[in-house]
Amino acid sequence: MSGADAIKPGETLLSVDNVSLAFGGVRAITEVSFDIRKSEIRAIIGPNGAGKTSMLNVINGFYHPNEGRISFAGATRARMKPYEAATQGIARTFQNVALFKGMTTLDNIMAGRTLKMNRGFFWQLLRQGPALAEEIEHRKFCEEIIDFLEIEAIRKTPVGKLPYGLQKRVELGRALAMEPTLLLLDEPMAGMNLEEKEDMSRFIIDVNQHYGTTIALIEHDMGVVMDLSDRIVVLEYGRKIADGTPAEVKADQKVIDAYLGVSH
Amino acid sequence: MFYRETGQYKTSYAADMAVFPILQDRIGVGLMLLVAAVGIPLFATLFPATGNFFLQVIMIPFLIFALAAIGLNILTGYTGLISLGTGAFMGVGAFACYKLTTIFPGVNIIVWILASGFFSCAVGVVFGLPSLRIKGFYLAVATLAAQFFLQWCFVRVPWLFNYNASGAIEVPERTLFGVALTGANATAMTRYFVVLAIVVGLTWIASNLIHGRIGRSWMAVRDMDIAAQLMGIKLLPAKLLAFAVSSFYCGVAGAMMVFFWYATGAEPEVFSIRQSFFILSMIIIGGLGSLIGSYFGAALIYIMPILLGWLADVSGLPIGAATIEHLRVMLTGVLIIFFLIVEPHGLARLWQIGKQKLRIWPFPY
Amino acid sequence: MDILYKIFIDPFVQMGGAPDLLVQTLWEGLVGGVLYALIALGFVLIFKASGVFNFAQGIMMVFAALTLVGLYEKGVPAFLALLLTIGVMYALALGIERMVLRPLVNQPDIILFMATFGLTFVLVGLGELIFGGEPKQMITEQLWLPKGAIDIKMLGGLVSLQKIDIAAAVIASIMVAGLAVFFQSTRIGRALRAVADDHQAALSVGISLNQIWVIVWFTAGIVALATGIMWGARSDVSFALEIIALKALPVLILGGFTSIPGAIVGGLIIGIGEKLGEFYWGPLLGNGIESWLAYFIALAFLLFRPQGLFGEKIIERI
Repeated sequence: MSGADAIKPGETLLSVDNVSLAFGGVRAITEVSFDIRKSEIRAIIGPNGAGKTSMLNVINGFYHPNEGRISFAGATRARMKPYEAATQGIARTFQNVALFKGMTTLDNIMAGRTLKMNRGFFWQLLRQGPALAEEIEHRKFCEEIIDFLEIEAIRKTPVGKLPYGLQKRVELGRALAMEPTLLLLDEPMAGMNLEEKEDMSRFIIDVNQHYGTTIALIEHDMGVVMDLSDRIVVLEYGRKIADGTPAEVKADQKVIDAYLGVSH
Repeated sequence: MFYRETGQYKTSYAADMAVFPILQDRIGVGLMLLVAAVGIPLFATLFPATGNFFLQVIMIPFLIFALAAIGLNILTGYTGLISLGTGAFMGVGAFACYKLTTIFPGVNIIVWILASGFFSCAVGVVFGLPSLRIKGFYLAVATLAAQFFLQWCFVRVPWLFNYNASGAIEVPERTLFGVALTGANATAMTRYFVVLAIVVGLTWIASNLIHGRIGRSWMAVRDMDIAAQLMGIKLLPAKLLAFAVSSFYCGVAGAMMVFFWYATGAEPEVFSIRQSFFILSMIIIGGLGSLIGSYFGAALIYIMPILLGWLADVSGLPIGAATIEHLRVMLTGVLIIFFLIVEPHGLARLWQIGKQKLRIWPFPY
Repeated sequence: MDILYKIFIDPFVQMGGAPDLLVQTLWEGLVGGVLYALIALGFVLIFKASGVFNFAQGIMMVFAALTLVGLYEKGVPAFLALLLTIGVMYALALGIERMVLRPLVNQPDIILFMATFGLTFVLVGLGELIFGGEPKQMITEQLWLPKGAIDIKMLGGLVSLQKIDIAAAVIASIMVAGLAVFFQSTRIGRALRAVADDHQAALSVGISLNQIWVIVWFTAGIVALATGIMWGARSDVSFALEIIALKALPVLILGGFTSIPGAIVGGLIIGIGEKLGEFYWGPLLGNGIESWLAYFIALAFLLFRPQGLFGEKIIERI
């Protein structure tokens, strides 16, 4: 973590360098390079099938790129497992909510604290003394998140029973419980109505400003993307076609063609 | 009316995180323990004939099966790994205990009962290793490998049963402060107390594990293993720990089964695949992922044939023991399917719903 | 060194020394393998069409055989009993679809697996309740199945082939071929493949899931009956056969849950592997290793190829 802490806001936190990914003959990502600076909100946009989710999967170690390198907090990595990404401070939410459906909201968020809890097996057997103290300490932290996301009323409800919008919020809470350096959000507003989108946008901005968390998000709602993000990278068919501030991207002819189609 | 939490305010997270946060639940559990530890023995002393029958035929095996069911529930209910090898892991515990107590007869048998759990634990971890590469139903087949291999060992490795001509474990007499705990001279009452103490203690420990970090990581692996990895949970260690703890429980249950229930001896046939199926049916009916469900399931599945036999006796119908056994098997199956359709979380969920209804009684909501 | 010799060299010396015994062992393994493959085949049919891991497939085989023999013992003529048993298997498919599958549609896989696990209890209990638990003789002669053995002189010895085993191999081949044709070129076959690919898509083009499930379970029931007759002819008919039936599971692991050729090849590998293992290496361990060898072969294989022989590599998506 110290590596990531040493980086000042505005400096490069993560850089993706010439990354390619293929499944058999299908090329999901082709020679894409971009960077994410500390404490910014970076959006990845593009039409369906552009390789956005695959890109996030590469960043948190779920897929291994065939070519190219990724450096996070100054360290370039070879093959990395997802839990190693978690230890380095990369958290993530999913396009189709991936909560632990049989557990309560509170347990889900507490599960996000797993890495921060280290009392040994024998204290766990007794659930007394240090193990209980640790449990209470982290419960406090989780309650802050619950408070922040305004989900107090559903803390003891199994998440499988919650409506979709709330599930998305719980999932964000679970990711926040990891105190991530880099937070990856995969379509955090998919399937939401306007009001829920506004709430979620507010949470994202608050997380960014309050905790100083760097955020990379994928989103299809252009209004939200343009308002929220500091910089945007645009993918199409697995290639990068544009990169820059919202204003630059909006004016880019290739982006307009990709979204509106081009006459031949 | 009297089961209501109004007015019970939690002023600390510790109070809110207690296993039984509601006062009435704590009283209820206390009463149950009191009945088990004082009431039932008192009854058995007052009416020795029925009392001893009740202890030997119902209470002791019920507690032992409940412990085995908790073991399997940790693996299947909480971690989502189907095991068809419970019987064999129980057998490892039984044979380990037998070897230990015959090699070191001086050490107290209760120590060996608990120690034998660690042997079962080690074997469980070895057969859990394939879970690194394989998932789901494929893993169930790996546990079948354990079942048949271990069962073969119990029959073919005579060292395990000390070359007894019968090929079975012959339980020697072991004492504590001069009181016989095992063997033909041990009374049902003594054996009951030992079993009760061990089962209650281990249930408490299981509850601690499940309500803490480890239990959460197991359930996370069960519900969504990919997301669990991204939370920083390593899959293999989490699964192996579940195998280890689960096998420990099954091993202790197996050792107790031979030493405190059969009391004189047991054949390897006891630890067959049928036993595995028997315990699996208990946790399906009792409730996957529920400790109290393990008790409910053990009670229902174990006591049902006894009830059926008794019903046949009372009604005077000429039903043979074989027919009752067939009926039991069929009813078990029907109950499994019935519960899966009506209430997939089994008796434990029914219990919860009942409590919820009681809490808001007399209003519907 | 001695132990290494016994493991790695001695068995092969024996094989070379008595090739007639080797052929005999291979033949036994082959026939066993065909029967494992048949159980696995019924399983694959159901898994392909409904995604249900049918733990009860082995029990269905025993149940079918038991019904056939039980009806005969109760005085029903052999061929009428056969017809009636087919009827019972149809009723069973109908009942399972109505009372188990339909209420559980869209439940997680593990729930459906547990339901078929419950089904094994029901079938065991029901079968024993009606026909009794004691082992029975299969009515091979009454069904005009051949008896006795053909002795072939070869490789300086005698290889003895049971006629019933030959019949089993022939019937199995016919059945597999029939199923292949059924799957590839009939309307129901096409519907089956559609359902296997995607339940909802199949529903949306007007295929009745319920009807398909009945057909598939009935087909699996027929396969189970044929297998039950063959196994019954080799040993007694009783629920002890259940242990043998469970060996279809390692076969499935080898072949993959959805591949019919996989089930056949897997069955043969397991059948031959365990007979060779038992005959040549079993004595080193004190015999009886047949009870677990199949599972270990499958496990060892699985560590190298988790998707099975013919399964496709699974790309996990999130």
